[in-house]
Amino acid sequence: MLHKLTVTELSKGLKNKEFSSVELTKHFLDRINQSDLNAFITVTDDLALNQAKAADAKIANGSAGILTGIPYAHKDIFCTTGVKTSAGSKILDPFISPYDATVSHKLNSADTVMLGKANMDELAMGSSNEKSYYGPVKNPWDKNKVPGGSSGGSAAAVAGRLSPFATGTDTGGSIRQPASLCGITGIKPTYGRVSRYGMIAYASSLDQAGPLTQTAEDAALVMNVMAGFDDKDSTSVDRAVPDYTKNLENSIEGLKIGLPKEFFSEGLDSGVAETVMAAVKEFESMGASVQEVSLPNSAHAIPTYYIVAPCECSSNLSRLDGVRYGYRCEDPKDLEDLYLRSRSEGFGPEVKRRIMIGAYALSAGYYDAYYLKAQKVRHLISEDFKKAFQDVDVIMGPVSPTTAFDLGSFTDSVSMYLADIYTLSLNLAGLPGMSIPAGFSNNMPVGLQLIGNYWSEELLLNAAHQFQGQTDWHAQMPEGV
Amino acid sequence: MSLSEQQVKEIAHLARLSVDDGELEQTTAELNNILGLMADLAKIDTEGVSPMAHPLNMSQRLREDEVSEIDQSEAFQAIAPQTGQSHFLVPTVIE
Amino acid sequence: MAWETVIGLEIHSQLKTKSKIFSGASTAFGATPNSQACAVDLGLPGVLPVLNKEAVVMAIRFGLAVGAKVNKRSIFDRKNYFYPDLPKGYQISQFELPVVGEGEIEITTEDGVTKKIGITRAHLEEDAGKSIHDLYDDYTAIDLNRAGTPLLEIVSDPDMSSAKEAVAYAKKIHALVQYIGICDGNMQEGSFRCDANVSIRKKGAEKLGTRAELKNINSFKFLEKAINLEVERQQDILEEGGSVVQETRLYDSVKNETRSMRSKEEANDYRYFPDPDLLPVEVDDELLQQIRANLPELPTEKKQRFVGELGLNDYDAEVLTSQKAVADYFEAMLEVGADSKLSANWVMGELSAILNKNQIDIEGCPVSAQAFAGLVMRISDDTISGKIAKDVFKAMWRGEGSADEIIDSKGLKQMTDSSAIEGVIDEIIANNVPQVEQYKGGNTKLLGFFVGQVMKATQGKANPKQVNQLLNEKLS
Repeated sequence: MLHKLTVTELSKGLKNKEFSSVELTKHFLDRINQSDLNAFITVTDDLALNQAKAADAKIANGSAGILTGIPYAHKDIFCTTGVKTSAGSKILDPFISPYDATVSHKLNSADTVMLGKANMDELAMGSSNEKSYYGPVKNPWDKNKVPGGSSGGSAAAVAGRLSPFATGTDTGGSIRQPASLCGITGIKPTYGRVSRYGMIAYASSLDQAGPLTQTAEDAALVMNVMAGFDDKDSTSVDRAVPDYTKNLENSIEGLKIGLPKEFFSEGLDSGVAETVMAAVKEFESMGASVQEVSLPNSAHAIPTYYIVAPCECSSNLSRLDGVRYGYRCEDPKDLEDLYLRSRSEGFGPEVKRRIMIGAYALSAGYYDAYYLKAQKVRHLISEDFKKAFQDVDVIMGPVSPTTAFDLGSFTDSVSMYLADIYTLSLNLAGLPGMSIPAGFSNNMPVGLQLIGNYWSEELLLNAAHQFQGQTDWHAQMPEGV
Repeated sequence: MSLSEQQVKEIAHLARLSVDDGELEQTTAELNNILGLMADLAKIDTEGVSPMAHPLNMSQRLREDEVSEIDQSEAFQAIAPQTGQSHFLVPTVIE
Repeated sequence: MAWETVIGLEIHSQLKTKSKIFSGASTAFGATPNSQACAVDLGLPGVLPVLNKEAVVMAIRFGLAVGAKVNKRSIFDRKNYFYPDLPKGYQISQFELPVVGEGEIEITTEDGVTKKIGITRAHLEEDAGKSIHDLYDDYTAIDLNRAGTPLLEIVSDPDMSSAKEAVAYAKKIHALVQYIGICDGNMQEGSFRCDANVSIRKKGAEKLGTRAELKNINSFKFLEKAINLEVERQQDILEEGGSVVQETRLYDSVKNETRSMRSKEEANDYRYFPDPDLLPVEVDDELLQQIRANLPELPTEKKQRFVGELGLNDYDAEVLTSQKAVADYFEAMLEVGADSKLSANWVMGELSAILNKNQIDIEGCPVSAQAFAGLVMRISDDTISGKIAKDVFKAMWRGEGSADEIIDSKGLKQMTDSSAIEGVIDEIIANNVPQVEQYKGGNTKLLGFFVGQVMKATQGKANPKQVNQLLNEKLS
């Protein structure tokens, strides 16, 4: 039952030679190959076994690190040398990356074993993983439901115990929301904490990578590897990385928790609200204090985000033009035809909509009303948090208004966008946030969102770990795993 | 503000995306539906508020002027849709 | 009808950094296509730009040199458009907040008139790659080696009113960027490129006319021609009652015409916005001080020094300082000990004539400044006459040796022994009795004849001053 173990447990088992990395890797590869979750776009069997062998050699000669030999699922948004990096899009279906993302490099240097590239909403745009060129991912708790997105493959892989941990990226909730919907732990660090180099950009000022794991302790272990300054990323911050495992056992007595009243108003499913409040009570019982805070501009996060992100993506995705790499249409009759058909055939409808919204919001005559206005409102949203954090240490609330919804239940973009209401604002502000399993509603997992001040990942992981010491929601597994 | 079909065509072209005449009506409706979300923005008082282009208040780090890259053109061209001897190729551009 | 021309220039100056503005790839010219285009230059998915410090330093150096305001905070924006040699589908440039703000520069036109030309701004941006249309039959070939080379775009105010002024301004900027070591100025290789915004209006009218932007001008000669062509074209249109269309026109130096660039004609909406991959550039006082302290002597300062300290006239000082390489050559001559005025004459005279004739830049001159100074010094110390010096210089040009070696081997040393010269003069007086009589009868113009005879007899080696003096004595 190796697949049920946490990273922490697997690390001990490998070190004590209870099993080898090759055994572990084969076990997970078998599970992946038998799985019908569609969590992976590419399974890298040979590469994984080679990495596992190398890891076993290190374990044998005593030079292993904590993550040596631990398999993981890598979101297909991170460039990986010699391996297809599609970001869930047809336009990058032919793209075999000639280079490694910094995160890929760091994970390789830590001797981890890449099982494959995890499925995702096309170019990280979506909250259900139904927008992947490679088909939707299924929620392991109910295969008729979505796993969330855009890191849906990553979340499903961890929840379905196809991988001990996974990487994800979060531009507007893409780590936290699927973690919530799949009943696992996910953290989006402070903007600038993890290098964006080699991570296919959706919205550059919002994107941030982080791990999806079973537990907060595992998340701390993986954060120790992923985080850190990178001179290849101008927005990476040169700031020492703490050992995230060091303060996990600290008491949270006296922790001041803020509940934004705006997060508990209309639109929030009552079952989710009850589960979240029960989790907050648990924190209170552990010695934390709870008070109401206000984020008056949080409702504006939706229009603000859905202008800023499309503006940036409309420009970021211009490089996908069929000239130097990626998909090119057949027999272009001229350059114009090459551009139009490569891009129109290569991008899915949601991506095209966002590109067009962005192009419009930046165009002459509309820039001030849309782009500039949104960036001003963004400032207001960020000020709200600044004020709130003068009174509290952590803000808590729901991640998503509902539990996982049925595949195919959303037919229009707007209603899907509205479901991002609780996650968008901290990307706009650049703050760190987590989702941890908090219970169930209608037999589907509910996540609790923890939002911290800048660079407070240690505190978030500490609070989450303490919670997980008192509860076993994170240890629950879908039937049949 | 709502988009006309003509505007949608122009925007699509700016972004080098083609919208067939058959899709135009639906695409326009979808985009207008999304833009409807943004209508409230105009009502927010942002007098004196500076735009926030970056989440962190930092300045640009400067790199020393050193050549650190080696020639990897072979690897890069191996993944290109079409190349000549050492060029990327596109259908002839008329200037 | 009387028209007046209004011209503003946009100069793209490639900065002389070793690596590109946002990547660590080399900027060297002439490498195998695409061998210097790294992942960042190719715009691979996921790559990010990191700003080259030297590019910022060079831009500031320019700002200080034209007395411009250097913005302590500047922003990089994205200029969005699709073109195959623009890998990311946007060019990283500076739109709202450039690194260099308003400044000005003084030009002197050929007729010696000086005029101040305003500089609107100068901003940093990345160069695009190259599209080659004639390499393959059905394809355009893309070479991205140039993509990401740092450019300083220097935008002038519309202060020039003739093609000549535009050329004088362009030359002045050309000299300046080389002076301050930020650009190699090589126009053939495209390191220094001019776009001209040209419009005309009725004399005295206040409102500017509709302008056309002329592109693809790679020499000063073409700049002048292109502007004059464009002015004529616009005059024809207006005089026939038409109106000028705002557009980009390509100058074709072969056909000597400008033509509309239809491909770039469609309403370009560049959708500028701050590049989220780059943060605001902040220039602190310390860096500014450091750059100021390291700024070399500027052409105007040098010119003033040449006039004040070396006693050169204004014109000579202007010519000698108009190109850094010429000024360097001249100053290297003085360092060896050559006389300043004589050196100035020789550099602007013989040297520049032969360089022009052979179409060689002074950097490629086969006669080094030190060697040339050796020649000038032999004139100063009366070893040879100016006339003989011209022959010696020709031999030096052909690589026959130093001035001294040539003077020795050919026995060109000037005769300064007055008794020897006297001997020659006596002989000539004896052989030209009629002329002597005419001279003594008042036809003093004949002195030239006698000098000529003496020089001929001495194969030009007699010191002309001595010859004149002795002849005067003997014939009186």
